[in-house]
Amino acid sequence: MKIEILGTGCSKCQALVLHVKEAVAKKGIFAHVEKVEDIMKIMEYGVTSTPALVIDGKVVSSGKLLSVDEIVTFMGA
Amino acid sequence: MFEYLEAMVDYLVYGLFGLDAATQKVQALHFFIFDTIKIYLLLVMIIFAVTYFRTYFNTDKVRVYLQGKSELTGNILSALFGIITPFCSCSAIPLFLGFMQARIPLGITFSFLISSPMNNEIAIALLFGLFGWKITALYIGFGLLVAIIGGFVVGKLGMEKYVLIPVVPMRGDVENVEIKLTMRQRANESWAYTMDIVQKIYLYVLVGVGIGAFIHGYVPTEFIVKYAGSDAWYSVPLAVILGVPMYSNAAGVMPLIEVLTSKGMLLGTALSFMMAITALSLPEAMILKRILHVKLIATFFGIVALGIMGVGYLFNAIL
Repeated sequence: MKIEILGTGCSKCQALVLHVKEAVAKKGIFAHVEKVEDIMKIMEYGVTSTPALVIDGKVVSSGKLLSVDEIVTFMGA
Repeated sequence: MFEYLEAMVDYLVYGLFGLDAATQKVQALHFFIFDTIKIYLLLVMIIFAVTYFRTYFNTDKVRVYLQGKSELTGNILSALFGIITPFCSCSAIPLFLGFMQARIPLGITFSFLISSPMNNEIAIALLFGLFGWKITALYIGFGLLVAIIGGFVVGKLGMEKYVLIPVVPMRGDVENVEIKLTMRQRANESWAYTMDIVQKIYLYVLVGVGIGAFIHGYVPTEFIVKYAGSDAWYSVPLAVILGVPMYSNAAGVMPLIEVLTSKGMLLGTALSFMMAITALSLPEAMILKRILHVKLIATFFGIVALGIMGVGYLFNAIL
């Protein structure tokens, strides 16, 4: 599973990265977690507010600091 | 609405502490306790209400509504959407470029960029709590007007070439986004957000009200009128300039403005000051500098500043 966090470096984006890492640990799976800071790449996903969460190339949330449990839900069963 | 609270504070200060209501020190203390509790209550209630309502919208949705709108109509809609979407200066860049991708004209994007921080939930909550609904309505109404006209003028200036990043417009229209949330999720989310904001600003409010209480009790009215209440031509522009560096401290500054107006500062000057605090933020300008030429940012600030000053002079003249 590939998880990307889109954000230009605000405090919420950094908090989301931590939450994602925690969610991955909680689920006990292997996942490739990547923080995307390049604005051009962020634009390619077409989001208008950050932080955004992308799982396997699909934007699942934008403009929100998700909780660990919410991220686990997005990661699916 | 707050008679009970006032009665309770009366009881606490005059009854329980047994203090003499006639002294200035005691009056300042009463003012401090009453105002702090009142503002905290209102902050929690209003921010919760605003954020709950906001869970029905986000900037992606706004973009869908705005695409393909003609000028003026687009400016008006975009300013209105600015009220109901949260704004964080760290999101200014993706928002700006995302709007351009959807071929939303520059002027309409600017209407949003002016309105959104100006009508933020903290400012609305504090205004309502400190000044009542009439001033809040005036603030929002004239704020919208500044956003609509400001965006419209920026759009007319044809400054697209000052956007430094090449934006590839999307083909076709952006699809609508659905927000699926249960009422419980919305409430939980809004509550978490409200607590987050209150945690961030409660200290500023405390300090603001504290200084306010001091002015209330000790600084003579004539002193305030002499410096802030004069209808000298420079008081409005001065208020605007002073407001620019204060963005993050809106929570602490608003209680001060309330005391200053009750002591004779002119309302138009106060309105200009409040609008400058929220709409003209230096951190936002620094962030936008990464994608916009300084000329465009300066034009944007200049137009908004002029608009805000216009509002100030207008109110000083008619009220």
